[in-house]
Amino acid sequence: MVKTIAQAGLAVNEKLVIRRNRITNPNISSSGSKRACIVTGTHGDELEGQFVCAKLADYLHENSSALSGIVDIYPALNPLGIDSITRGIPMFDLDMNRIFPGTSEGTMAECIAADIISDIKGADICIDIHSSNIYLKEIPQVRINEISADYLVPYAKMLNVDYIWIHSSATVLESTLAYSLNDIGTKTLVVEMGVGMRITKEYCDQLIIGILNLLKNIGIWNGPVGPVREPILSFDHDVEFVNSSAAGIFVPCVDHWVDIEKGAHIGDVLDPATGRVEEYVTAPCAGRIFTLREFPIVYGGSLIARILGGERNA
Amino acid sequence: MRKCTLYSIKSPYREDLDVLGYRFGNGEKSMCIVGALRGNEIQQMFVCSQIIKKLRRLEADGKIAADHEIMVIPCVNYYSMNIGKRFWTMDNTDINRMFPGYNLGETTQRIADGLFEQIQGYKFGIQFASFYQQGDFLSHVKLMHTGFTNPEKMKDFGLPYAFIRDPRPYDTTTLNYNWQIWETNAFSYFLNSTDDIDERSAEDAVDNVIRFMVRQGIIKGRETGGYLTELINEREVIQIHSNAAGIYRPKVNAGERFSKGDILCEILDPMEGEIISQVKAPCDGIVFFRYSRPLEFENSVLFKLIPR
Repeated sequence: MVKTIAQAGLAVNEKLVIRRNRITNPNISSSGSKRACIVTGTHGDELEGQFVCAKLADYLHENSSALSGIVDIYPALNPLGIDSITRGIPMFDLDMNRIFPGTSEGTMAECIAADIISDIKGADICIDIHSSNIYLKEIPQVRINEISADYLVPYAKMLNVDYIWIHSSATVLESTLAYSLNDIGTKTLVVEMGVGMRITKEYCDQLIIGILNLLKNIGIWNGPVGPVREPILSFDHDVEFVNSSAAGIFVPCVDHWVDIEKGAHIGDVLDPATGRVEEYVTAPCAGRIFTLREFPIVYGGSLIARILGGERNA
Repeated sequence: MRKCTLYSIKSPYREDLDVLGYRFGNGEKSMCIVGALRGNEIQQMFVCSQIIKKLRRLEADGKIAADHEIMVIPCVNYYSMNIGKRFWTMDNTDINRMFPGYNLGETTQRIADGLFEQIQGYKFGIQFASFYQQGDFLSHVKLMHTGFTNPEKMKDFGLPYAFIRDPRPYDTTTLNYNWQIWETNAFSYFLNSTDDIDERSAEDAVDNVIRFMVRQGIIKGRETGGYLTELINEREVIQIHSNAAGIYRPKVNAGERFSKGDILCEILDPMEGEIISQVKAPCDGIVFFRYSRPLEFENSVLFKLIPR
């Protein structure tokens, strides 16, 4: 059942509406049963979650007799952003993932954020699906703040991702949806995968298997689940960043999610006018590339790759 | 006056971005003034240009006190300014959310790092900042309350109002916050406009900054004018939200006094023209901020009021 969980009037004959699709087993009462929330679309340029939500909703609806709990799907927390290919909230120049937990006394965006938190609060698990941005391609992974690693890692391992990154805490991240929900006791996992403005069907299918597996493990889903892979788990010190030193166009010569040796050639930064190699980019350590630049134009500082290997293999 | 390039980055398609600084006087690093970090902060850049013009004359007249150096950086992000964009040209990140910066990080982290390295160690810092909502403000000075800078110092600008803000998590990556963490007495100066130039307001801002420096002994001269500043905690400001969406018709201006029950604005049905809502003042007070766009959404912050 699709329900509007937050809304605000726009200037001319339209409302901003945040919708939730609740899927339950029609043959049993869902009163008092467990609840999982699948949320996405906080950033309007991240679309991988759209396919995950659509396909998951369709599959669960068709197989709802195998449900013993509630699955709430929120496909678009920032519908105006998705509709206008805008990462933030249009008109406000705001990153929606920096205004949680929101407040009913605040601006329109803060009121919406507060309503979203209120609706998700109390769920047994929440999965917040992101898809990097238009610049970088990410292997399916779960990112966990170190302060909540103890209780989130077991759930993250169920999600059929390739990688779990436990990162250090930063004050600025306290205004994210995931932090705000974990802070009030609603366990929330952040998934990053794919690239902005695209749907990577292979990754979406992989995550859907993981979501079904997690739902099964917590007693919401009784249907079949495909095989689930064992993720690599790492901390910040295992991750090495490769940033461009030059400005130009970056042309990679390696594939995503491959093992490389220290000093291996990752790609070149070229001067677009002359073709001259401005920077011969090499791996600072041995490891596996889990982030690779997708958008070719780079400045000094632009992130080119992240390598899982880090200090240990430097 | 010494003009120098403080930080420079290359672009594949444009001339280098050179962040320029203008230094006056010699000796102790006494005052640093930063203008536009964002591409739409035109008034902020303009005010800095007028401060530079003023300081050049004061320096020629021997009015910069001995053993004091002043540095002014009128515009950091002119790449975005030249193409009419608010945030960084390529990835839309905000330099004022990247401090203290990181020299091995992303482009805007590197710009923040390169800038911050140059502006650290000053005794006082002023950033001409802008607000994310479009509207008319009373010009004011604001202090992010970290415990380092004494709020009483804000009175030396001689503005009618100065505000104290308790930092929120997202404030911790701003220039103002990090300046204080690195022990610069930092103030954010909010002008009444951002995208447009208001020359009268700019003249006032120049006078207020010069007054502040005279009171610190950085510039030689006699104190003149200025208001007896009222310090206000931001928590005391009353935000007035719209209860309907539509065409916004304000009835009061920024700085105007009002009484409880006065109509602050009307909201009209955008199709039929009828008044669908009137927003009334909940108390006596002064309009500190007034929203300025013709269309408004439900729950938009239309006014910020100082209760009297």
